[in-house]
Amino acid sequence: MTMIPQMPKSWRLESKPHKFCPGCGHGLVLKALGEAIDELGIQDKVVFGADIGCSLLAWDFFNVDTVQTHHGRTTPVVTGVKRANPDVICIAYMGDGGGYAIGSQHLVNAAARNERITAILVNNCNYAMTGGQMAPTTLPGMKTETTPYGRDVRESGYPTQGPEMVAAITREGSYVARGTVANLKQLKGFLKKALQNQMDGNGFSFVEALSTCPTNWRTNAKDTWAFVEKEMTKFFNVGELKNPAAKEGE
Amino acid sequence: MAEKPIQGEKRVFMTGNEVVAWAALAAKAEIMYGYPITPQNEIMHYWTRLAPKFGKRFLQTEDELSAGFTTLGGVLAGRKAFTATAGPGNTLMQEPMSMAEMMRIPSVVIIQQRGGPSTATVIYSQQEVTMTTYGGNGEGLRVVYSTANHQELFDYTIKAFNTAWKYRFPTFVLGDGYQAKMRESLTIYDPEEKGLEFVPTETFLGKAPVNGVKQPVHLRNTYNTEEELYEVITRYMEEYLKVAPEIIEHREFSCEDADIVVVSHGVVSRAAKVAVQELREEGLKIGYFRPVTLRPFPAEELKKVAARAKTLLLVESAFGQMAKLVKDAIFGSTVALENLFKPGVGITSEEIVVRVKEIEKGALAK
Ligand SMILES: Cc1ncc(C[n+]2csc(CCOP(=O)(O)OP(=O)(O)O)c2C)c(N)n1
Ligand code: SF4
Ligand SMILES: [Mg+2]
Repeated sequence: MTMIPQMPKSWRLESKPHKFCPGCGHGLVLKALGEAIDELGIQDKVVFGADIGCSLLAWDFFNVDTVQTHHGRTTPVVTGVKRANPDVICIAYMGDGGGYAIGSQHLVNAAARNERITAILVNNCNYAMTGGQMAPTTLPGMKTETTPYGRDVRESGYPTQGPEMVAAITREGSYVARGTVANLKQLKGFLKKALQNQMDGNGFSFVEALSTCPTNWRTNAKDTWAFVEKEMTKFFNVGELKNPAAKEGE
Repeated sequence: MAEKPIQGEKRVFMTGNEVVAWAALAAKAEIMYGYPITPQNEIMHYWTRLAPKFGKRFLQTEDELSAGFTTLGGVLAGRKAFTATAGPGNTLMQEPMSMAEMMRIPSVVIIQQRGGPSTATVIYSQQEVTMTTYGGNGEGLRVVYSTANHQELFDYTIKAFNTAWKYRFPTFVLGDGYQAKMRESLTIYDPEEKGLEFVPTETFLGKAPVNGVKQPVHLRNTYNTEEELYEVITRYMEEYLKVAPEIIEHREFSCEDADIVVVSHGVVSRAAKVAVQELREEGLKIGYFRPVTLRPFPAEELKKVAARAKTLLLVESAFGQMAKLVKDAIFGSTVALENLFKPGVGITSEEIVVRVKEIEKGALAK
């Protein structure tokens, strides 16, 4: 008997196995996203935007309309799509460099305008695609190619608190959460709620996912998980920050 | 939805920015994305006043990167979308427009040139020629119309939408602060009543399923190998060069027997026209040549003129940006080149007359 791995229906089989490194968190986030899309039954209505960064490897990942854009510019591209056609369900998929550095003005302003889109940001504490430089989310003391002696917070500050920032600048209608690839069930739940929030026309939805990058972290499987579960969570609290549905429902 | 923005034909007196807003309406543009910058602002001001009356939309973005990328998103969603900018905003606009070139996304950008480099002046220049024709990290896969008056601003803004959607290259209407802010008479009209057919838009993303079946598309601008990219760019360049003769436009007069031909574009060509007419009346053999499309450039047309003339006098409100295009176009010609460059400053017909006479005198002295 051959075992066929469980794949979400919305995944595109022709592009599997996917192109991420073994042990990469991107694949896990996209699995949770695929299942969320399946469970909501929205595959035919999704427009998926992929940023430059390892996210771009997802340009042919799903059987949904996809546009791969420029580094940091996925938020405005899908904003443009959504403004032009409010019937589609728009997802902007990006890394921490794309969302919190080069494209931070787009994230901040899309959130402030309460754009009816869903932004998903993969936090892997580094610029992975370009070979492991410091990202806004690099942990204090963490070594990267551009912080070879460890991130010095006096030089380059503390890790960006993305969901906290988005929660602070959005008002009613926005959905904000931070999940982790260490708890895929919970992450899928957050992604589903984020998409549902857009479908309900409430407002901006944002989910950051704590993710893994064994290639640039230079970690084995055990240390990779330990880093996500123990180190990253020292700075990044997992959970929901804003959920309009919860208020109404209860 | 309300009726047509313009019924029949109307004689009007308005600023160039207002003209652009009316032209975009007449061209059936559906949504504008934009970020404030002088001297372009009033395009947005008029659009936001007029557009809602006709069921059209606007989004004020956080910067020109966003204005450009949201415009591309709007186009991908199947809408006739456009944006407008100037100066440092044009600099930022080059990033989204390079994506439009790579992905062949039809897009229309109105540029009202201001002084440069940097913030410089908010008034006027022709210093955005190099950037608008060849900006971005690419090969200049785009169309640039340089307008000279308000009637042309109206006509070419409408035309730009058709050019963009027909050939799928980003298309720029290159105006300037003078044209933007000046009031002038022109005739606005409903293009369809004049027999102009609009090239239909296409929905690239978010197309509804056909017979219950959805065929997802995957659009990208990144390639894995050199060969892959080379193949794509070679194909795009071939297509561009093939359609270029259909797109190229220029104006010329009195060039047949001219010793000196004044070459200029945009609003400066108005001064050149007056100067050439005056000098002709005085009996001097002077000609007039004006590229309307700066990209693709009317190279063959100018080569013919250069083959007969002794001198080309290149006149522009920049330090040789059009001149570079001219030199590239006429490479191999032995015609003498003279210039009148006034970066960021307007040029009068009197100045051109004086410059022509200087050149005449120099030629006689030899
Ligand atoms: C304008 C621009 N600057 C720089 C780059 C180079 N670049 C490509 S990916 C990347 C970093 C990606 O990091 P992140 O967004 O965190 O995504 P990850 O690869 O970590 O998933 C950079 C800087 C680029 N493509 N475009
Ligand atoms: S470099 Fe890191 S983020 Fe990129 S695919 Fe490999 S493991 Fe994933
Ligand atoms: Mg990253």
